[in-house]
This record gives sequence, structure tokens and C-alpha cells, in this order.
Amino acid sequence: MKTNHKLNFRNMVEPDRVRKEVYTDEEIFQQEMARIHETVWIYCGHESQVKNAGDYVTVQIGRQPMIMVRGKDRRINVLYNRCPHRGNMICGDVKGNTGEQFRCSYHAWTFHHDGRLKNIPMMDSGYKGTRLTKDSPELCMKRAARLESYRGFVFASLAKDGPTLQEFLGEAIVAFDDMCDRAPEGEVEIVPNCFRVIQHSNWKLFMENQIDALHPSVTHQSTGRAAHEVEKQLAKKAKSGEAPLSYHMLSAFATVSIDKWDNFQTINFPYGHCILTGYMGLRPQDPDTLAYDRIMIRAYGRKRFEQIVGVNIHHVLVYPGLSVQSPLQQLRAVRPLGVDRTLTEIWHFRLKGAPEAIYRRSLAYYNLVNSPATLINADDLENFWKCHQGLASDGGEWVSFARHHGRDIENKGVVSSGPNMGTSEAPMRNQMKAWAKYMSGAAQAGSR
Amino acid sequence: MSGLRLQHELEQFLYRQAELLDGKQWQAWTELFTADGIYWMPPDASYKTWDGQPAIFAEDRNLMAVRMGRVLHPDAWSQRPLWGTNHVVSNVVIRKVAKNGEVEVTSRFHMMELRRDDVRHFAGQYTHHLVKVKKGYAIRLQRVDMTNAQAAYDYVLQVWV
Repeated sequence: MKTNHKLNFRNMVEPDRVRKEVYTDEEIFQQEMARIHETVWIYCGHESQVKNAGDYVTVQIGRQPMIMVRGKDRRINVLYNRCPHRGNMICGDVKGNTGEQFRCSYHAWTFHHDGRLKNIPMMDSGYKGTRLTKDSPELCMKRAARLESYRGFVFASLAKDGPTLQEFLGEAIVAFDDMCDRAPEGEVEIVPNCFRVIQHSNWKLFMENQIDALHPSVTHQSTGRAAHEVEKQLAKKAKSGEAPLSYHMLSAFATVSIDKWDNFQTINFPYGHCILTGYMGLRPQDPDTLAYDRIMIRAYGRKRFEQIVGVNIHHVLVYPGLSVQSPLQQLRAVRPLGVDRTLTEIWHFRLKGAPEAIYRRSLAYYNLVNSPATLINADDLENFWKCHQGLASDGGEWVSFARHHGRDIENKGVVSSGPNMGTSEAPMRNQMKAWAKYMSGAAQAGSR
Repeated sequence: MSGLRLQHELEQFLYRQAELLDGKQWQAWTELFTADGIYWMPPDASYKTWDGQPAIFAEDRNLMAVRMGRVLHPDAWSQRPLWGTNHVVSNVVIRKVAKNGEVEVTSRFHMMELRRDDVRHFAGQYTHHLVKVKKGYAIRLQRVDMTNAQAAYDYVLQVWV
């Protein structure tokens, strides 16, 4: 007989393993949306996506369709995409400019950019003596409970209470600092294209895979090897003796062996966040890099410049739905669509003030790794699908995260993988620890 | 050359391009391209160039070699099973003919793809910039505008469309 684990989420998570229902159970998924995604700070978008008053983008927070819009006062608002009249969605497109106001397509109710009611047709004659008056709060488009922005990255929380954005991000805030600091002007700007790809699995598989340092040399062997062959041929032909860096970005998936990945480290934080340290050869000495270095030194001075480019980060994961590859200015936002379907939105940012060649270098990575014709993620998505199929079966009850368990180094709530244990499953253990706290309704899932 | 004969030659070339893809004859397919030829799938129809912009595909012969090597590698997990495709190419319209024989020709394609038990459909417009070579034509640029370029991709594309 099957045990009903649903009542106690903490029982579903042990220090080194997790019940498989956590990935496959529809009811648990609904609870996750309510207790995690619709509670914590979720990334909505970047301020440069909505430059002008009336510019908007739509975004999903948990199960809630939301709108991020720039007001005439330059402020950004995040509103539920819902007309308070009959519930009609206000914006049907993913982005655009709404002009002076939002106007519902059903009965022409209009709203200011901050959600306040502007006008209802026949307000005076039609609503006289009813419960609705022009200043009734229920006549406004509902706002996200909380909204904060950090260096241009906009987050919303649908819960009234909780930690501030900076408290929530904690040390994972380095994702945004590292990305912006690498710009001579200290800011990034969004590249106006988003790649959107759907995987057939639970959202957590994506979050676990992003900082799983053991998988690249296994999963991505085929692309790494194929790229390495072409890289060698091009290097032979090139005057400089080197192939373009983009080939190295791909070949590294195979040429960086498992023991080299072990030299990296994962640092795991409260709320489920994680930093994977390590480079993929991003400080080469080619003329483009040297030109960039000169501009950076002019902007920041040599000492600060060395600090900035010395930040040793491969990936930062902001739980539950953001993966930032700051040295390459890529950001992936995870939008769960269902217990077994997950959308990722993948963005690329331009370093303001950096030479075109630097933009193109990370663009190559964006196209090769993150486009819908990806040479890399194709095999990840295949694994996610296979994982989900297996987990949904009765062939086993647990998912194991035991690699290097017991060898983590813990200091004031921060858990690092042990020395030369970069492939430790510490990040998964940490994510599931945070998950269990969120799910059992701990007010401060990040409390140390 | 008479217009009819040119139309016929170009149609035959486009059919062969599609047939090589459907037959998984990828080496022969890449050899349709000039040495500096580019296969380009923009993420939006408004894009004017592949250079320096986000692209679903923007591949020269070297990157094509990587993609082909990957797909044929025994550890390309997502290529087990290899999928099957079926292209139909039609609506062939000659847009420009230069004095040196270079042509720009557009066509419409519909591709059905089968992988395991799942069928997907993709459709759109090809724009081919072709140059005259000894054996007929070679592709300098193959632009592929997918009708669903901006829609979310349910899984990904692994081989050229």
C-alpha cells in the first residue's frame, strides 16, 4: 500500500533523498505554486524592456498572468492581467504599448498604468445606487503585493509579507552585480529577443540541472566532441593558431573532464539559491578582450577592474525560477506550466559601453547554447523528459542526492561543497531543504 | 535562358535541397552551400541580417560540421531515435536575377517531423540567394522564416529545417 506523504512535506525530503511524488504529483504542484512561486520574489523582467510610458510585457508568476508596465511617472507597475469587471484579460499580447491607458476589450473599462480605474462607460447612469462607486478599490486592476527592482532587474512578490528583495537574494545578488559591473557604464540593456522553449518535465529538474557540474561531460559529450574536432581544424588553419572562442565554449562541455569540474565549487544559500564557481576560459588575451579591458580600466581604475573581472562565477541560481550566467550576460527564467511542463524564457543582455566584439562573443553563446536550435540544451531537455517518465512510474520511490553527502562545509547557514567536490549534490540537497521549508509554510524559508 | 527553364532549374534545386534533408544526407546537404555560405533562421521576420543578432540558426560550414558531427555521434542521446522529416516545397517565385546569374528565389515549405510517436509541423518561407556554379547552383544564403518563429518551441529543433 502506498503511504500518503502529502500531509507532511518535510517527510518527503530527507537530507540526501527526496520522494519522487515531489516531481510528479499534481496536488503538490498546486501547493508549490501557492507556497513558493506565488509567495517569494519572482523575476518579472528588465527595466529596459519597458522604456517608454505605456510599454508593457506580460509575465506569468506561478499560475497568475501579470503585466509589467511603465507609467507616465516613469515608475514600473506589476498588475494582475485581469479586468475587475468580468475577469477579462486586459492584455492579450506578450508585449506592446498600451498608450495612455489600459482599455478592456470587452466593455471598454479603462485604467491608469498603475491599475487605478480611469473610466467606466455609463458610470453615472449605470451604477447609481449600486455597490460600485468610482473610488471603490475593487474597481482597480489588482497590483502585485510587492515590487522591487535591483540594478534594473524587476521582481514582484504576490505575498504582502516576507523578506525584502535584497534580504531574499542575500549573496546571490552577485548575479546582478557581476553582470552589471562588467559593463563600463555599470548597466546592462536587454537584447530585444527572447528564446522560449518548453520542456516536458517538472520545473525543479531544470533548477537542479543548471548547477549539476557532473552532467555536462556526460550529457553534452556529443556536441563537445564534434565542436572539438572542428576547433582543432580551425586552429590549424588560423594565423593566430586559435579557433574562435565560440568553439571552445562548446568543446569545453566535453574537454572539461569530471575531475576538472570537481575543482569548481558550489556555494549554497538560504532560500535555495546557489553559486557555481568556475570559468570556461573567459579571460583570453585576444585583441578584443584587451580593448575591452582598456575601456574598463578607464571607467573603473585598475584595482576595481581586477576585482570585477576576477569574480569567479559560472552560474548563479536564484530559487525557484532564475538562472543567471553573469559572465556571459545570459538569464533564464523558469515558468512552470504544469506538473510536467515547464517554459524557460532565455534572455541576453548587452554590457553598456562595451565594444561590439564583446557583445558578439556572448551572443554566440546565446545562439549556440540557448536558441531553440540549441546544440546543448537539446540533450538536457531529452534527459528531463526521460526523468519525468521514470519518476512517474512505480519503479522506485526516491530520488537520490547522496553524492558527497556528509562532506559539505557549513558555516552560518551557507553550505559549500567540499574541496575538490564541485560535482557534489549539495545544491540539490539545499534546494530541497528550502523547498520543504517553503512547503511547510515556514514564514521565513531562508531563516538560518 | 528562358524564364520557364530557369524556373524549372530553381525548382529542381529547391526540391533537391529538401530531399537531402529528408534523406539525412547531411554531408551532401552542406555541400550545397558555397564556402562562405550561411544557413540562417531569424527569430523574427523583421530581421534584415544574421550578423550580430540573435538567431535560431546562423551557421557557416564550420558550425554545420559541428551540428552534423553531433547528430551522428553515438552519444547524441536525443537522437535516439533519429527523427524523420518530410518537406513539401512550393510557391517558388524568382525575386531577382543578376547579370552574373545570381538569383534570389523564395518558396514556401511545410515540414512534418516524426519523433517516437510525436508529430510536429513547421511551415514558413525559404529565401535562397544562389550563385551559379559548374554543376548548377550553390547556396550563398538560405534564410528560413518560420511562421512560428516567435512562438514558444515545444522541445527544440536539432537539424536544419
